Amino acid sequence: MPTRLRSLTLALVFGLSAGLATAARAEDPAFTLEIKDHKFQPAELTVPAGKKVKLTVKNLDPSPEEFESKSLRVEKVIPGGKEGVVFIGPLKPGRYTFVGEFHEKTAKGVIVVQ
Amino acid sequence: MLSAFIVVFREALEAALIIGIVLAACRGTAGRGLWAAAGIAAGLAGAAAVALFAGAIAEALANAGQEVFNASVLGLAVLMLGWHCVWMSRHAREMSERASAVARAVSEGARPLYAIAVVIAVAVLREGAETILFLHGIAAGAEGEGAASLLLGGAAGAAVAIAAGAVLYFGLIALPMRRLFQVTNGMVLLLAAGMASQAMGFLVQADLVPALGTAIWDTSNIVDDHSIAGRVLHALCGYVAQPSGIQIAAFAATALILIAWSWRVGRDRRTPVTVPASA
Repeated sequence: MPTRLRSLTLALVFGLSAGLATAARAEDPAFTLEIKDHKFQPAELTVPAGKKVKLTVKNLDPSPEEFESKSLRVEKVIPGGKEGVVFIGPLKPGRYTFVGEFHEKTAKGVIVVQ
Repeated sequence: MLSAFIVVFREALEAALIIGIVLAACRGTAGRGLWAAAGIAAGLAGAAAVALFAGAIAEALANAGQEVFNASVLGLAVLMLGWHCVWMSRHAREMSERASAVARAVSEGARPLYAIAVVIAVAVLREGAETILFLHGIAAGAEGEGAASLLLGGAAGAAVAIAAGAVLYFGLIALPMRRLFQVTNGMVLLLAAGMASQAMGFLVQADLVPALGTAIWDTSNIVDDHSIAGRVLHALCGYVAQPSGIQIAAFAATALILIAWSWRVGRDRRTPVTVPASA
């Protein structure tokens, strides 16, 4: 790999590590969604507008689910029995749909931002 | 069976289109089939490993493990695609039809096919891991459907996706050599920029980089994310209807860096390829 490319890669890695160390998450409003029987509970969640929101998705089913929303720009596989954390926003007021991509017929919901 | 078909088709389509593009970009290079096969095999093995360790990966790095992993493999693919772009510019003259067959052979021998293999492996790994997790999950909780019908639906989905990739590939190689390399160079550039944008999306999701504004624009009424056109565009250049600021920046920066670098490399070449007297 040419040396310029190598330096760029190293810089990126260090930058990311710094980001990991300093990312402040304690102040973000936090909400929880649960997946049970391939359905979201609650199916409709209200969060504040204009703020970064920490969303914890708990998969209470034994099989994995992929939590996905194009409008919220999230895509995460949550193994069975585990939970995953994603950050969304800041968002403008409105309704944003999300699905469980592995069980789209039943696993769907809306995040209402106001 | 239908849900298995749809999900596997969606995942496999992205990988199939990428493989079609990079294979067309390597047209005429001996050994590319072997390297591509190696990439696919490595990708499948990696996908199985990722699916197996999905829980551990997800919980790593304070629950940001999955996003960091995705961003890292995408970043690796961006570097490999970028390297290929620059290499093509350096050897553009030798690659054209007007160069002698010998000059071309000398160039082709030095072609970094490993870069292509890595890109293919990354694409197969990402989509394959999700597919394996999905199939394993719904087979486990069968809900009246037999595992056999799920696998059949999945296989059919993969087959249609591969067919789509094949259509793209054969469509591209039908072009005359010089036009083919111009087009595939452009497509590889867009692939690289799109993957950089996707990588940033994952890092924003894990709160590791600032979004620099969410939904800078909204083009869902022109091309919706969920439509077939939207998914194809997403595979080809990372299209999202509502990109965040840092995604746009990553796309633009990658495209500009590659264009500038390729141009500079193409311009700096002074001497043509010297063919050894014994050849």
